Parts: sequence; structure tokens; C-alpha cells
Amino acid sequence: MSRRLHSRIAAVVGILGCLTAAACAPGSDSGPPPTNSQQSAPPVTDPSTMGEVTLTVWDQEVRGGQAAQITKLNDEFQAKFPNITLKRVTRSFDDLGKTLKLALSGNTPPDVFEANNGRSDMGAYVKAQQLLPLERYEAAYGWDKRYPESVRKYSSYSPDGKTFGAGTLYGLPQVGEVVGIYVNTDHLRQAGLQPPTTWEELQTSLATLKSQRPGEAPLVLGNLDKWPAIHLFGPVQAQFTAPDAIRKLGFGQPGASWVTPENTNAAQTLVDWVDQGYLDKQANGLGYDPAWQAFSKGKGSYLVAGTWLQADLSKAMGDKVAFVLPPPSPAAGAKPVSTGGTGLPWAVSSKSQHPDAAAAYINFITSSDAMKVLAQTDNLPVADTTQQTAPAGLGHDVFTAFGTVVQQDGLVPYLDYATPTFSDTLGASLQDLIAKKKTPQEFLATLQQDYDSFVAKNG
Amino acid sequence: MARGVARPSTGPPGEPRSVGWLYVLPAFLLYAGFLLFPLGRATQFSFYDWDGVSVGTWAGLSNYAEILTDDTLRNAFAHALVLMLFFAVLPLGIGLLLASVLNRAKVRGLGFFRTVVFLPQVVAMVVIAVAWRRIYDPNSGFGPVRGWLGDYGLALPAVGLIGTWFEAGLVTVLLLAGMGRIPRELYEAARLDGAGAVREFRAVTLPSVRGEIAVALTLTVIAALKTFDLIYVTTKGGPGTSTLVPSYLVYDNAFGKGQVGLAAAIGVVLTLLIFVISYLINRIGDSEAAA
Repeated sequence: MSRRLHSRIAAVVGILGCLTAAACAPGSDSGPPPTNSQQSAPPVTDPSTMGEVTLTVWDQEVRGGQAAQITKLNDEFQAKFPNITLKRVTRSFDDLGKTLKLALSGNTPPDVFEANNGRSDMGAYVKAQQLLPLERYEAAYGWDKRYPESVRKYSSYSPDGKTFGAGTLYGLPQVGEVVGIYVNTDHLRQAGLQPPTTWEELQTSLATLKSQRPGEAPLVLGNLDKWPAIHLFGPVQAQFTAPDAIRKLGFGQPGASWVTPENTNAAQTLVDWVDQGYLDKQANGLGYDPAWQAFSKGKGSYLVAGTWLQADLSKAMGDKVAFVLPPPSPAAGAKPVSTGGTGLPWAVSSKSQHPDAAAAYINFITSSDAMKVLAQTDNLPVADTTQQTAPAGLGHDVFTAFGTVVQQDGLVPYLDYATPTFSDTLGASLQDLIAKKKTPQEFLATLQQDYDSFVAKNG
Repeated sequence: MARGVARPSTGPPGEPRSVGWLYVLPAFLLYAGFLLFPLGRATQFSFYDWDGVSVGTWAGLSNYAEILTDDTLRNAFAHALVLMLFFAVLPLGIGLLLASVLNRAKVRGLGFFRTVVFLPQVVAMVVIAVAWRRIYDPNSGFGPVRGWLGDYGLALPAVGLIGTWFEAGLVTVLLLAGMGRIPRELYEAARLDGAGAVREFRAVTLPSVRGEIAVALTLTVIAALKTFDLIYVTTKGGPGTSTLVPSYLVYDNAFGKGQVGLAAAIGVVLTLLIFVISYLINRIGDSEAAA
């Protein structure tokens, strides 16, 4: 009996030893990335000459306007180029992000896909050389002429994945996003106010609205999911901190600091708003969707949120709602600056067998004609925005706002882009700040620690 | 067939014991493939720093050291233990009370009440979490318990309360089944000796259902410690870090932050913790039953 026990122990130890052997490092079995031998030749840009090709496309265009635009564009593409078949796989945003990581490290990744441009997704893919650099196609199709630099930087990384916001283009987005203020025009009219055009006007209007509607906080925020307050803090920070500093902080580039008087002022503003009752103390317990739904039913007068809510709010509130950019920022020379960027960029796998066809497809769904289709289906096109006929009412406000902020180079990145862990850190810290569990100094110190440790590790 | 020399046999007569492995093989292959192999691989990952995409680098025990030293990670395990109180201890108290009342009072429609009490177990946890999130909504929720999910002190008890509601039914049904097996003579004997309801409960009912209590505790404790979907749908570990639990950290680190090694280490520690606690519960349960 004891011999059997000994042999069993030996077997278990042997298995454990084998498993922990350094030779079996995880990730080493995916092999070196393929070198694309066609890299030096100019790319083929006419899909009709590419022969029979099947492209596997993974996307998350599942909601209303998104689904409408991609279906229309896909149909047009396949009608125009019958030799190319599109095999489309759709998932929700969350699901796509999680499954894409696994798929790209496998042997048959999708050819074209929408990749989240943050560091933990696109940054990781670039570092592992799983994405095809798109500079050849950028030059061949003239994307650099139609897409301003301020938009292209959101899909750009250095080839080693360390620098975000500069370097080589790895993806091309279709839609743009910007965070602004949705204004309940009814409430403002009743209080005798106009939508604010300066920061002081915004502050005094908050006081007026609070006194006229005592039971209700004029600023609506639903922060249960941890990330919505990031979209409130971004524009507020932009009032105090120069855009270049915000870009360094937001893209996780070295050379900036969170612990500055300007950022402290921004954090203090949020705390003051909670103290004065402009921001509801209960915000940490309210969900994001219930929050904007409450706003659409008339609770609260200002909702600081992004252009993605345009379709829903327009449907719910009709002409009682307007969208304005945050007031011009004194820190940026009286230019409008706001958090924003692009929708998910479309990228190509480095292991794709048909890179030219993939790039041609991406070119088709981002062409000027495609931008018209996007505008017609209630989306915000990222290029040629001002040339589109915007839908009436709220859609018009949104288009104008985005066009303006891009023209004036006023887009600053979503702050959770900064490091792979920043989304959690900033989300939790903002909850702490709003609940007064952290002072502005402690809040900024936490952010600085995350930023510092990442920059040190990243080099 | 008898041979010339008798083989010294140490076991029972018949086929050699190792033939038993052949009977077990099909199920064992499934078990090994879907449980043992992933467990082994996860243990292997826990010794590396890996972002899930490029090649991992050897990290030794540093992931485990981080679990011991990092405040957030340690607190997550503490939160899991608090949830254990709400998922296991509270339902046990409620279950004992409810089961003994239902058993003793011989209510009409016992089957109906049993079903209703057990119903939460049948609903998917994600659905339960969505419904309770509505109940806790500050604007449109249920009066007295509105807005708890945003309160730093009340968020974890709020989530725990959902667990209590969820598990109370299971415990009640288990205990009812156990109490149904108790022979009537024991109760009569106790009554003859002058025992009231409470004395009866302590002397007759409670010792007889120790086995069921051990089972109920094991199931509920495991459910408490591995809770993920509830936290993910209601608070995502917020507000701040006040409702973070180890299983949510595993998901977040592996798929959100690209720290697969740390996630694997948290998973391994959680597995060991659940194993130890279940073992202790069953040791206590068994020893009492044997005594």
C-alpha cells in the first residue's frame, strides 16, 4: 500500500514539475508572427482584380443605426465586387473585445475586425505584432488627406506598442464621438436661461436651476457602472488643464503629471458641485441607462454625455433637448475642448491571407459615400462631417459640435486610455471623490501612482 | 486457474483492483480534460507574468506575494468572507426557523410554500441581479432600500441580502427533507419528558439534521465564495472597491487588464480557500454525525 502511495506522490510531483517547467511559458506556442512578403510592393487597390476572396469580418455594429449602416454598406460592397464574399460575425461590444484577444492569437484569426483602440486591446495586439500596419494603404487610398491628424492619432501606436497617440496607423474608424452637454431646453426656458456659452454662465445657471427646482440636482450622473464619471471629469478638466497635458496623461505618454494645481481645481469643482447639490450624492448608486432615461423624462437639466445617446434622446425628448460643446476653455486659448475620439477602428490581422482585399473593404466602408450613409442612418461620421446633411434637431447640434471640435483640434482622449489599469483606477477613484471618501489631493495621488508605475514599466 | 505456486494476495479475491480504473476511465477522461487539466494550466500561469497575447515571463511566487501584500486584493477576500455570512449563515438561520415551523405546524399546501420558497434557485443569477438592481435604484426602486448600491457601507450588505434571498429557499427545502425523516416517536418521547417547542427543537430536530446542515453549508459557502455574476451585474466591485470579490478580480485581471498570471494566482488561492472551508465544514458535520 505504501509503495502505491509513494508512486502516486511521485506521479503528482512529476506532473506539477512538468507543468511549471520554464520551457512551457504561456503564449510561446503561438509562434513568431508571419512576415508579409508583399510589404514592399505597392498595394492592389482595385478589388475586382483580386480574384475569388472570402473575408472574415468581426464587428459589433449591432445597435439601431450601427446595424443599419453596416448592412447597407456590406450589401453595396458585395454588389459592386461579387468576387469578394464577406463572412460577417457580429457580437456585442464587450463580447467582441474579449473573444478577439483569443482569436488573434490563434491560427485563423478574422481578416478584418473592430478593435478597441485602448492600450489593453489594440496596444497589446500591436505589441504582439498581430495587427497589420496600414501606412501603405494610408498612402495609396489617401486616408491621410481625408482624416485629420487629430482623428488618426486615436488609432496610432508605435510598432513596439509603447507609444499611443502617435506612430503608425493600425486602424481606421467610421464614426466619431465627442462628450458634450445635453440641455433640457424646457427647463432652461422656464428659468429664463440660454444654453451656457462660458464657464461662468454654466456655473450661474446651475445655481439658478437649483434654486428654481429645489428637489432635483441640475447635473445628471449615473455612476453605478464606474465609467460615466470619467466623461464628466474629462470636460471639466479641459477647462483648467491645457490640451497637450491632457493628451500626454490620457495616452499614457511620459512627461506629464496629475498632481498639478489645474487638475486639483478640476477635482475640487466636482466636489464643490456635490456640496452645493448640483451633482446628486446618490450618483454612485444610479445606473447609466436609468440616469439618461430619467433625464429624458425631465429630471435634471444638464446631462454631460457623449454623442452616442443622440438617437435615444432625440426619440424620447424631441425638440426639448439640445446638445452643446462644453464652454470654450481658457486653458486652451478659448477654444472648445472636450473628451472624445472615434468609434472602434477597423483593423486588419497580420496573419490575414488577403490584406489587400481587407484594406479595400475598409476603404469602402470609410469612403465619402460611406460617410453619407452613416449620416443618413443616425450615426456621426468621423470624416467629412461638416459636408453631410445632418438630420434635423438634435442630430444637427451633434454634427455641428463634432465638426467644430475636430476643426479646432479640440479633441482630448478618454482618460481611461492612459494605462491598461487606468479604467479601474480612475473609475473607482472618481466614485471615491464624489462620495467624499477621497480628497482631491488623495484622488490625484492615486492617479499619479498608476500613471507613474505604468510609465516606468513602459519606458 | 490455479497455478503451481500460490501468489501471495494482499487484497480481496477476484479481479485485480486496477481493473476498476477501466470502469472509471470515460468519466475520468472528461473530468481530467475539463477540470484537472485547466486547473494544472492555471497553476502554471500563476507563476508567470503574462498579458494573454505575447510570451509570458517567469514571475515565480511574486503573484502570490502580491495577493498577500496588496490591500485591494486582500480586502476582496475579506469581502468574500462577509458574503459567506449572508449566503450561508443567515439563510441557515432562516431555513432552520422556516423548516421547523413548516414541519411542526403541518400547514396545508406545504408543497406550494416549498415551491415558492425554492423559486429563486430556479431563476438565473444574472436575471436576479438585474431585477434587484432595479429594486435598489435610487429613483425608481423599492422605498426603504433605495440607493444602497451607491453607499460605501451598505453596498456589500445589499449584495449579500440578494444572496440571502437566493439561498434561503434551498436551505429550507433541504432541512425540511431532513426533518421529514425524523421518527415521530422521538418527538413523543420528548413531549412525555415535558419538553416545550424550543427544547424539542434543540434536543430532537437539530441533532437529526446535522447531515443536511453540513450539505447546506457546503453548497452555500461555495456559492458565496465563487460569486461573480451578481457583482458583475450590480456593482462591478464598486462603489470604489467596496464590493470587489476574488472571482470578479480574476475576470477583470485576465480579460480587462491583461494580467493573466495574477488572475490565475487569485483563482488558485480562491480554490484552495474554498477547499479548506468545505473540508472543515464536512469534518465537523461528519464527526458530529458519528458521535
